[in-house]
Amino acid sequence: MTSTFLPDQRKGPDVALPPPAAASARGRARRRLLNWLTAVGFQVPALVLFIGLVLLPMLFALYAAFFRWGGFGMPSDYIGADNFTHLFDDPVFLGDLWRCLLLVVLSLALQLPFALAMAVALNQKLRGRAVYRMLFFAPYVLSEAITGVLFSMIFAPDDGLADHVLGAIGLDTLGGEWFADPSWVMASLFLVMTWKYFGFHMMLYLAGLQSIPAELTEAALIDGANPWQRFRNVILPLLAPTLRISVFLSVIGAIQLFDLVWVITQGGPDHHSETMAVTMFQYGFKRYQVGYASAISVVMFGICLVFALAYQRFVLRRDLEGATTTMRGDGT
Amino acid sequence: MKTVRNLPLHAVLVVVGAVMVVPLLYAVLSGFKSTDELSRNAFGFPERWLTGNYTDILGSGAFWRLLGNSTLIAVATTVLVVAVSALASFSFARFAFRGREVLFTLFTMGLMFPFAVAALPLFLLLRSLGLLDNPLGVILPQAAFGLPMTIIILRAFFRQIPGELEEAATLDGCSAFGFFWRVLLPMARPALGTVSVLAVVTSWNNFMLPLLVFTDSKWWTLPLGVAQFQGEYSAQYARVFAYLVLAMVPALAFYSVAERQLVGGLAAGATKG
Repeated sequence: MTSTFLPDQRKGPDVALPPPAAASARGRARRRLLNWLTAVGFQVPALVLFIGLVLLPMLFALYAAFFRWGGFGMPSDYIGADNFTHLFDDPVFLGDLWRCLLLVVLSLALQLPFALAMAVALNQKLRGRAVYRMLFFAPYVLSEAITGVLFSMIFAPDDGLADHVLGAIGLDTLGGEWFADPSWVMASLFLVMTWKYFGFHMMLYLAGLQSIPAELTEAALIDGANPWQRFRNVILPLLAPTLRISVFLSVIGAIQLFDLVWVITQGGPDHHSETMAVTMFQYGFKRYQVGYASAISVVMFGICLVFALAYQRFVLRRDLEGATTTMRGDGT
Repeated sequence: MKTVRNLPLHAVLVVVGAVMVVPLLYAVLSGFKSTDELSRNAFGFPERWLTGNYTDILGSGAFWRLLGNSTLIAVATTVLVVAVSALASFSFARFAFRGREVLFTLFTMGLMFPFAVAALPLFLLLRSLGLLDNPLGVILPQAAFGLPMTIIILRAFFRQIPGELEEAATLDGCSAFGFFWRVLLPMARPALGTVSVLAVVTSWNNFMLPLLVFTDSKWWTLPLGVAQFQGEYSAQYARVFAYLVLAMVPALAFYSVAERQLVGGLAAGATKG
């Protein structure tokens, strides 16, 4: 009698509330309402947190982006889209966009293929593979702040480990200023990002590889496929869902990059490693041009949104059904 | 024959492994040197193993305070996000109700929006709520931003539990909450472990939010402390290395204990995201 919730929830999405017409249907309508209230009641704490601390702040940024505002009191100096037009005239912000693109391209062209190669290597029976896996993934659990400080010291000009090593193997000419050199700072940053994150992507790929049935590659082997053909025509297509997720996470990560840059260079030298989040931080928290900084937040949000929607529309669509409705394996 | 063919592969793995390990080992060894020796003898073993750098840091209250703050904030965030998400996921997984898919889409959309995007308006909100220099100012937003991933993983797990169990519980007079509390949660322990580990690691490593919220060093967490320490002792390399190593130990220790949950959770989250 206390069955206020329906036993089988796996069917259709929504239960239409019945019209409160016939007297016999009244009891059922009440039960449905009660069911709805119970279901939504369980959602309330999560909704309050999520709306209050995620959605509302974002909406407020959208509002504040249209004002010249120092961040105190309510914004009142309405300036239309001026913040946005300035933004796209601002060489630093345009540089941010360019550097974001650069990091995305480098990640997709170098870091993820490297992670994939390591995953394939460590997916076979190999002496010490458990150790390698653990080792490659370990930097992921270190905080960006710690990683940043560590590498700012390793890449310290002259005295750092990197220059000592290059000197010791007779390549001193390659050694240099690293993070202090405008033309090398992004490359150095990318090295650190690869050190920190490739293990994460490798772990994703390994999970994906392990879900590929061995019979398929064995069948290809029997059909006379060489290792490259087995990889290209059997493994890669089956790994596609994992690859797409990993690319998605990598791009979102590049858009929001902050911690590492802030700790290592604060965007320097002379803005050469600045990212959108760092520029936003500078304007919002150091120069008190909060309206302008809000406009940067809004543009970042817009880029994420457009990217996410386009990605979902064109790339992820096929995975989504499986992704959100089933749980493969128990995850532990 | 097989080993011979694998030789190049092993060589590559050893090199990559070295690149991963050397920075960490270098930090550990450097912590045992003096800053003078560090510039003369960059990558050898210390001429004399000095423990002063490490013991000075461990002997000062400041380091332990950071550790305590980080722990408090991570535990509180985890308890909050897992409790709230479990309730919501239960409703998503076991009820059919009008508006369910819309709500779920709303939460999954949160996955697409990184924290940095909302940082500034969030800061303004926290300031107007008087939550700056208050641990709740970090705990509540961290929990809010952790909701999407946690809900997605838990919902998927809750859906796997057979409907017959629920019918049986209902027949025995169990209320919806009773079923959730006495049947579902105990069965979901592995999934709860996974999402908890993810929440702890995320909170432990968070840098931007504590940087914004805590101007007073009283509440600083480890990442803030590390960045600050480097600024303060920038000339004393060896000391900073010792500090780094000590700050890494809790995260690496946690990783070695919870590796399975962490890796499983990331894989689950990523294939569900």
